Amino acid sequence: MSPRQPERHFGPELLKGLWRENPVFIAVLGLCPALAVTNSLLNGLVMGAATAFVLIGAATIVSLLRRLIPSQVRISTYIIIIATFVTVVDFLLAALMPEAHKQLGAFIALIVANCVILGRIEAFASKNPVGVSVADAVGMAGGFTLALSMIGAIRELLGSGSLLGFDVMGPRFEPWAIMILPPGGFLSMGVILAVFAYLEKRKARASEAASHPRDGEAAR
Amino acid sequence: MSDFGELVFIFASASVINNFTLAYFLGLCPFFGVTGRLDTALRLGLANIFVLLITSFAAWVLNTFILVNAPYLRLISFIVVIASTVQFVEMAIKKLSPALFRALGIFLPLITTNCAILGLALFQTSRGYGLVEGLVFALGAGVGLTLALVIMAGIRVETEVNGVPELVRGTAMSFFIAGVLSLAFMGFAGLFSSA
Repeated sequence: MSPRQPERHFGPELLKGLWRENPVFIAVLGLCPALAVTNSLLNGLVMGAATAFVLIGAATIVSLLRRLIPSQVRISTYIIIIATFVTVVDFLLAALMPEAHKQLGAFIALIVANCVILGRIEAFASKNPVGVSVADAVGMAGGFTLALSMIGAIRELLGSGSLLGFDVMGPRFEPWAIMILPPGGFLSMGVILAVFAYLEKRKARASEAASHPRDGEAAR
Repeated sequence: MSDFGELVFIFASASVINNFTLAYFLGLCPFFGVTGRLDTALRLGLANIFVLLITSFAAWVLNTFILVNAPYLRLISFIVVIASTVQFVEMAIKKLSPALFRALGIFLPLITTNCAILGLALFQTSRGYGLVEGLVFALGAGVGLTLALVIMAGIRVETEVNGVPELVRGTAMSFFIAGVLSLAFMGFAGLFSSA
């Protein structure tokens, strides 16, 4: 029925989400949680873990049910599965880490609307067997958590002069209050994207120079 | 009088002080996705106001009559009811007012997946707003979203004809613009401090 899928392997599916196809920095998805809650490293980690739980759980279920879900109602089915996992994680956090739950507030519930999750489920888990789907979900969730921790670490370091609550910048450091406020989220994301664009460009130039050493010089 | 003052405060707070896009980071996908042109940004904003008002009403009905005994079903019922209501309204508008339907275009169905909509329903619940307060909150949030979209589109149109460094052209530049806008909107926080 469905076209034959290319052979999938665990390793590459697991690793691609971490860096090469990072959901936040490369695909620029899931911005709402990536910027809203990342004013400290801890919040970024908790949010990343919660999203990982939902993504891995939903991907497993959808992948197992992929032959049973009628394609006309698949999106609503996915949403209900995702919303169920989000409800679970919401109550889990409220019970286990009430302090963090209060800080993240409605943004835990808003994981439902995170397009990284629906995107991976629609693009990958609904078409592939459980094993590789879980590998893909773990990789993407890892990449998402990595991105959130990175933004959170930068903002906490510059905005409060600390990391995970420990003072690391010393008493002489004047915190950049702006970094833990909303504008700091936009600005740090802009800088990170610019750095990624620079790395990408340098890599492209290097590979171009390696493949056509003389063409590269002639063009200049 | 105090009731009216309360409503004015809710409106001002949702529209400019705690702007959904620039302070809460809700609805960022359309904010970066469709702000390439001014008129589409404006239309998307209007469609947003419309859907937010419907959502606010639907969330109020759910909270008051149905979810009283089953709060753990809140998230699931919100997302299902909101998505289907928007779909239903879309069909109704198509039938009743083709002109309005054409004006809103593709944006109406796209809005369903916008996190600002679900965010509104959740914030309204957690703050315990009633029907009127909820509707005013929705209107304020919608006006705020429209404002942010239109300003963003206006600035981005300008940057396209100006010499932006190649490295930050595109998405990175949009984030810098958003950061500066967000900074500017923070100034509105002083609006009510004396009260």
